[in-house]
Amino acid sequence: MALFKTAFNKLKQGLAKTRSGLVSGLRSVLGGRALSAELLSELEAKLIQADVGVATAAKLTQELSDAWKAGKVSQGEQALDYLKQRLAADWPDHDRRLRYAPDGGGPTVILIAGVNGAGKTTSIAKIAKSLRDENKSIVLAACDTFRAAAVEQLEIWSGRLGVEVVKGQQGGDPAAVAFDACEAAVARGADVLIVDTAGRLHTQDSLMRQLTKIKNVCAKKIPGAPHEVILVLDATVGQNAITQAKVFAEAIDVTGIFLAKLDGTARGGIVVAIRDQLGIPVKFIGVGETPDDVEPFEPGRFIEALFAE
Amino acid sequence: MFDSLTDKFSGLFRKLSGRGKITEANVREAMAEVRTALLEADVNYGVVEQFTQRIQEKALGTEVLASLQPGEQMVKIVHDELVDLMGPVDTHLMYVQPGPTVVMMCGLQGSGKTTTCGKLAAYLKKNGKSVTLAAVDLQRPAAVAQLETLAKQVEGDMPGPGQVHFYAEPDKVAEYGKAVGAAVGVARRALDAAKKNGSDVLVLDTAGRLHIDDALMGELRAVNQAVTPHQIYLVTDAMTGQDAVNSAKAFNEQLELDGVILTKFDSDTRGGAALSVKHVTGKPIKFIGTGEKLDAIEEFHPERLASRILGMGDVLSLVEKAQEQVSEEDALALQEKMAKGKMTMDDFLAQLKSVRKMGSMKSLLGMLPGVGQQLKNLDLDEKELNRTEAVIQSMTKKERADVTLLDNSRRRRIARGSGTSTQAVSQVVKGFEMVLKMSKQVSSMGMMDRMKALTGMGQMDPAAMGGGGMPGLPGFGSGKKSTKTQSRFRQRKRKSR
Ligand SMILES: Nc1nc2c(ncn2[C@@H]2O[C@H](COP(=O)(O)OP(=O)(O)OP(=O)(O)O)[C@@H](O)[C@H]2O)c(=O)[nH]1
Ligand SMILES: [Mg+2]
Repeated sequence: MALFKTAFNKLKQGLAKTRSGLVSGLRSVLGGRALSAELLSELEAKLIQADVGVATAAKLTQELSDAWKAGKVSQGEQALDYLKQRLAADWPDHDRRLRYAPDGGGPTVILIAGVNGAGKTTSIAKIAKSLRDENKSIVLAACDTFRAAAVEQLEIWSGRLGVEVVKGQQGGDPAAVAFDACEAAVARGADVLIVDTAGRLHTQDSLMRQLTKIKNVCAKKIPGAPHEVILVLDATVGQNAITQAKVFAEAIDVTGIFLAKLDGTARGGIVVAIRDQLGIPVKFIGVGETPDDVEPFEPGRFIEALFAE
Repeated sequence: MFDSLTDKFSGLFRKLSGRGKITEANVREAMAEVRTALLEADVNYGVVEQFTQRIQEKALGTEVLASLQPGEQMVKIVHDELVDLMGPVDTHLMYVQPGPTVVMMCGLQGSGKTTTCGKLAAYLKKNGKSVTLAAVDLQRPAAVAQLETLAKQVEGDMPGPGQVHFYAEPDKVAEYGKAVGAAVGVARRALDAAKKNGSDVLVLDTAGRLHIDDALMGELRAVNQAVTPHQIYLVTDAMTGQDAVNSAKAFNEQLELDGVILTKFDSDTRGGAALSVKHVTGKPIKFIGTGEKLDAIEEFHPERLASRILGMGDVLSLVEKAQEQVSEEDALALQEKMAKGKMTMDDFLAQLKSVRKMGSMKSLLGMLPGVGQQLKNLDLDEKELNRTEAVIQSMTKKERADVTLLDNSRRRRIARGSGTSTQAVSQVVKGFEMVLKMSKQVSSMGMMDRMKALTGMGQMDPAAMGGGGMPGLPGFGSGKKSTKTQSRFRQRKRKSR
C-alpha cells in the first residue's frame, strides 16, 4: 500500500529526533542491568508516566515479573523485548490496515469522531492526502455543522488537497449532510468518502445519539458502510480516554484509533489500556500539522517510545 | 472509574475497628490507596510522589492515629491538602487605566483557546466592558473565520452593554510553518486598533503550538515583547494526562503566565491535570470551561475539584446543573404543586426531560458521593428512560393531568401507541405515584435538608434509584438558587444544542 510507503519515508525523517532521545532514555533505565524488583518498579513507573494507567501498568509489570521468576527474562534489555512482543501480539498487522469496501461495493466510507479539539479535521486531511496519493478519488463530508467555521476549515483542506467536499447548512442536521454526501459519493463513483463530525464529549447523550444517527444514515445509503469508524484521540489525553473510547464504541462501533499529536512530549500510552480493555486497535499516528504528518501505527516503535526519557 | 477513595478507606479502617489503635502500617497502606486514586485521576507521577509524602507525614502525626474515625479523618487530610494546593483562587480580572488591558491566550493545539476567547468576550460584554477580539492564529485553517463568527455571536446574542470588535488580517494567513513571525505585526496592529476603537480589553487568540516547537514558541515570545500583555493565560484541556506538567512548565518558563483556564470540564475527567499544572507553574487556575456555549465559563472552585479528584462526587455541581435547567419561576410553581401533591404527568415529563438534558443518568449519579461505587453494578438503562418518555407522550392531555383515569383499556392503548407493553405503562404510573409521594416529603424540607437527603442517597439501595425507570431525582431543580453556588456569569436557562 502506497499509504504505508509514503508514510514509511516520512517516518524515517520524522523520527530521527525522537529516536536519539529514546535510545538514551532506554539505556538509562535498562542498559546493562540485571532485572530486579527495583527495575521492575521503575518500568512500572515509566508506564504510568506514559499514561498507560495504574491498572494496566500493574498488569504488564506483573506479567514481566512472572516471566522473570520463571527464568524467561533476566536482563533489562530482554524486559523491553518481552514487553514489545507481548504488546505487538495484541496489535497484529491486519488490525492496523484500513478496511475497504469490497470491489464494486464502494465507496468505502470512513467515519471520523472524537472529543472537541482531538484533531479530527486535520487527521482527515492526512488520511485524504495519503489515499489521494494512491490515486483514489475522495469525497469529504462536512458533518460538523455546529462549530464556528468548521465547514470552512474542511473546505480549506479540500481546496489544498484538490478533493471534493459536500456541505450543508451551518446549524443544520449533520445526518442530512451525511445523507447527501453518501449520494454524491455514489453518484460520482468516488472510491472513498470521509465523514468529518463535530467534536463532542462522550458525556453528552444527545450528541452521542446524533452520532449513531449519522452512522445509521451511512449504513442505509451504502451497504456495509461505514467500513471504518475512527476515533481520534489526542496523545496528551489521560485516563478519561478509556471512558471516551467505551462510550464512542457503544454509539458507533469504533473500528480503530487515530492517535494524533504524538509529535509532542506526550506518549499516548492510554491506547495500551484501551487495547487491553476494549480491544480497539490503533491504525494511524499523527506527528504534526501538515497533511504529510501521518504514519501507520507501529507497535514496536511505539512501545520503545513509551520508555523514552 | 468512580472508585471512591472514601469507600476504600472506610473498608481499610473498618477491618481495624474494635482492635484498638491504628498503626503506622495502616496509614502507609492507606497512602497506597491515595497514590492510586491520584494517579487514576491523572495527577502527574512526580507530583503524586511529593504529595503523598507530605500527607503521610501529616497523617502520622497524632491526628489520624488518635481519631475515632480514622478513615474519615484521613480523607479530610487528603482533601484539605488538595484544596490548599489548588487554591486560593482569585478570579478577578485586572483592568489597566487607560485601556486597553491586553489579554493573551496560549496553549497546545486543540485545547480550546478560540472558544475560550469567545467566552471571555461574552463575560466582559456582560460586565460592561468593550472588547476587541484579535485573530493572531494565522496558521490553523479557518481559525480567523472561527473567531470572527464567535465575535459576531457574542455581539448579537449575548447579553450585556459592552461592545465587541473584531480584528484580523486574513491576508497574512498561511500554511503551517509559513506564517511564523507574522503574528507579531498583527498583534501590534490589533493593539493600535483596540486603542482607536476605545476597547477596555484586547483579547489575543494565538495559534496552538507544541511547547517543544522552538520556532513557534519564539514567535509567542516575540508577540509577548511586542505588545506586553497584562495577562497571559494558559488554556489547558482538563482531560490531559501525565504530560500536562511538561507543556505547562515550558509555557510558564517562556512567557511568565498569570493564570490557567481549564477547558472541557463538562467531561467526566477526574481533572488531575489541574493539580499538576498548578504544582509546576504555581499559577492560579482562574476559570473552567464547562460546555461549548459562550456562557459556559465558571470560576474555579478548588474544593469541588478536590472531591472530584478523590472520586467523592460533586454534589454542588450537580445541584448547579439542575438549577440551570429550570428557571426559578418554573421551579417555584412546580415546588408548590409538588408540595400539594398536584404534580401531573406533564410536569413529570418536563422534569424527566430537564434531568436528561443534564447528561446521562450515570454520569449524573456518579457525581453523588458514595453513589459512584455502586454504579458499577447498576445498569441504569437509558433506553428505559426513552420508554418512559414514550409512554407519557402517548397519553392524552386529560390522562396526563389525572392518572386515575388510566384503566386497563387506556393502558392497552398507550402501550400500543408507545410501542411498549401494559406492564411498562403500569410501571411508569407506579413510579410516578412514588415520585409524587416522595416529592411531597422533599419539598417540605429546606435546602440543607434536601442536600442531606440527596447525599443520603449514597446509602440507598441502587435498585430503588433506578426502579421502574424513574430518575429518582424528583423535583430536583426546584431548589431556590443559593447565591453561593451560582456562578455570576451564567445564564439561567440554557438552550440545549
Ligand atoms: N502537533 C500536532 N498538532 C495537530 C495534530 N493533529 C491536529 N493538530 C492540531 O490540533 C488542532 C486541532 O485540530 P482539529 O483537526 O481542528 O481538531 P478537531 O478534532 O477537528 O477539532 P473540533 O472539530 O473543533 O472538535 C489544530 O491546531 C491542528 O493543527 C498532530 O498530529 N500534531
Ligand atoms: Mg473539526
